[in-house]
Amino acid sequence: MLSQIRPAVVMIVLFTALTGIVYPLAITGVAQLALPTQANGSVIERDGTVIGSALIGQNFASDRYFHGRPSATTGPDPADPSKTVDAPYNASNSMGSNLGPTSKKLVDRVNAAIESEFAAGRIDVVAADAATTSASGLDPHISPQFALAQAGAVAKARNLSESQVRAVVEANLEGREFGVIGEPRVNVLLLNLALDRLQ
Amino acid sequence: MTSIGLAQIAIVLLAVIGAAIPLGNNIATVLAGERSLLSPLLSPIERVFYRLAGVDPAREQNWLAYAMAMLAFSVIGFVSLYALQRLQAYLPLNPQGFSGVPADLAFNTSMSFVTNTNWQNYGGESTMSHLTQMLGLTVHNFVSAATGLAMAFALVRGFSRAESPTIGNFWVDLTRSTLYVLLPLSIIVALALVALGVPQTLQGSIEATTLEGAKQTLAIGPVASQEAIKELGTNGGGFFNANSAHPFESPNALSNMLEIWALLVIPFATAFAFGRAVFDYRQGRAIAITMMIVLAAGVSVAYWAEAGGNPLLTEIGVDPSPGNMEGKEVRFGPAMSALFAASTTGTSCGAVNAMHDSFMPLGGLVPLFNMLMGSIAPGGVGAGLYGFLVLAIIAVFIAGLMVGRTPEYLGKKIETREMKLAMLAVLIYPLSVLAFTGVSVMLQTGLASLNNAGPHGLSEILYAFASATDNNGSAFAGLTGNTPWYNTTLGVAMLLGRFAFVIPVLAIAGAFAAKKKGAASVGTFPTHGPLFIGLLLGVIVVLYLLQYFPALALGPIVEHFALLAGKTF
Repeated sequence: MLSQIRPAVVMIVLFTALTGIVYPLAITGVAQLALPTQANGSVIERDGTVIGSALIGQNFASDRYFHGRPSATTGPDPADPSKTVDAPYNASNSMGSNLGPTSKKLVDRVNAAIESEFAAGRIDVVAADAATTSASGLDPHISPQFALAQAGAVAKARNLSESQVRAVVEANLEGREFGVIGEPRVNVLLLNLALDRLQ
Repeated sequence: MTSIGLAQIAIVLLAVIGAAIPLGNNIATVLAGERSLLSPLLSPIERVFYRLAGVDPAREQNWLAYAMAMLAFSVIGFVSLYALQRLQAYLPLNPQGFSGVPADLAFNTSMSFVTNTNWQNYGGESTMSHLTQMLGLTVHNFVSAATGLAMAFALVRGFSRAESPTIGNFWVDLTRSTLYVLLPLSIIVALALVALGVPQTLQGSIEATTLEGAKQTLAIGPVASQEAIKELGTNGGGFFNANSAHPFESPNALSNMLEIWALLVIPFATAFAFGRAVFDYRQGRAIAITMMIVLAAGVSVAYWAEAGGNPLLTEIGVDPSPGNMEGKEVRFGPAMSALFAASTTGTSCGAVNAMHDSFMPLGGLVPLFNMLMGSIAPGGVGAGLYGFLVLAIIAVFIAGLMVGRTPEYLGKKIETREMKLAMLAVLIYPLSVLAFTGVSVMLQTGLASLNNAGPHGLSEILYAFASATDNNGSAFAGLTGNTPWYNTTLGVAMLLGRFAFVIPVLAIAGAFAAKKKGAASVGTFPTHGPLFIGLLLGVIVVLYLLQYFPALALGPIVEHFALLAGKTF
């Protein structure tokens, strides 16, 4: 085995140089030159400030905005950094709830979410994505059903007619690519930006 | 289940097979040492590697020397990766200023990447510097996969050669697999992923002010380059904690399909490459068909289970028609989540685009059982083929016993020594999975890590050890693995699953290579037709159901019935 030490060390060093340095840097170079928007995270700016990424969901609590899905991400507790607290749509700590299908916590959480959204008048049909957390906690999309269910409440908060708001939702519906690939969805951030532009 | 969902699944699988056949030819050429399309470009680099390493590419090794070279390479890789993590605070390219990784976590992570497992007890964006991600993790994504391919072809040479004392040269197989197979494919897939929206930058994070005026810090980095080899090398270690569910790792349905394609294509191609290497493409085809049957069965069960929604939530008013959406992304939905889950565990990839922990009991049973079978449908890069060939040897042996003839596979007589080694290899898995799970459920420290109570808790622990032993790396991620107990035991399970399996496999390769190759006669059991495929499937089902049914009955199966009875935990 000793005679194999030299090739082992040399091969690790060479492959580190090739696949650990040259390969990612070359891809970075090409990507930054040819596809800078995507390579830098599909950032959206408004009036010169970065408001987020078109790919990453953000937390919406106000009645004036469409809400995204519940998010299970956490962040460090400001009072005690060794603990974590709920921090929805924390884009530096992606995670799902990992609650199993028979979890009592899951059923209670879904119940509470339904009751609060119902009380706020935002839902008339409980779409599956409205009551459940996503895998990443950063899901930028909601289903068309969930978006349309919120249209009335958003219209009321903005003093718009429901049909005006529904028209914005429909303009922001994304269908399946080639009619087959993917699922119908609405990007919540883009939808809310479109709403802001309306007024 | 909808027809569109089934069509999505069919499109991906057809694209995999369509590409695997030509790629298989290419892999066979590369590992036979022949010239290929890229030789003019790559052979100068290849020669530099051999010269600096002091390797004579023409000099072959016997199985023991081959195994020693592989072990030496793995040990050096382990030590360097461990040091890199511990020292990252003092090294450059650490824009977020992360401190050194703790010892037990660094042990677990090094073992994980050297064995092609990529189990992650850390959140990538919150633990590892860019330097560690690039220098440490990306490198092992390449070379651990190349090591798998090398070992598979060492075994293939056992069948294709007669009376040969050697089975190839490990350094040559390693170098050629990386340069000619993994690197070119990774470049193409990485750039395609960037075009679809995956970031590739050396920045650490983006500060944003949301529409509501809150601060949002978006972790970012050289994601696409790692993502490509993560899938192609069936590694599975994500740049981000949420893996391919994170919109920066997979922003849309097309990137999702590309990633599933990438993680399946080399393992299927390796089956076809095997057929070519033994000069009988029907042998490779029979193995590829068997792999596809097991994979398709798993996808069907998972999709069926996930598409129906969770009855406990339906009862309180949630619409069941979009399926069980807890732990799933809207852009993927249940069909693509089920296909990803079955593919990532049918290979030893372990990337996820949905949280398996939140799957329905029978939906989660599919990835769990896929791993308990040793991820053989179609298996990890290289690992799938050598795992499958071990099962083929057992199947042929059983067929031989039934008709009372000395069993033969591809003209090689299977005798006591090979059967003992094959059984040794397949028994390592249940020993590691069941023993570690059994001990963990008896210890307070093992149970303290659980995120779910009741039978689902047992599933979490069983899943963890299945994943580690199988070198898969996916998780029922509710389990807190970053504790001294799990960091250590899971690290040991990965070690056993890789090396205690592959050393007997290399010994089998040496034994077969030394044997004469008998000519086929009318009495030879054909190993390329439906009868053999059926026998192989039968062996797989009997072998693994017998080993694991009691454990599965206490986990996902009892949870399924509890769910039907409306019980929560």
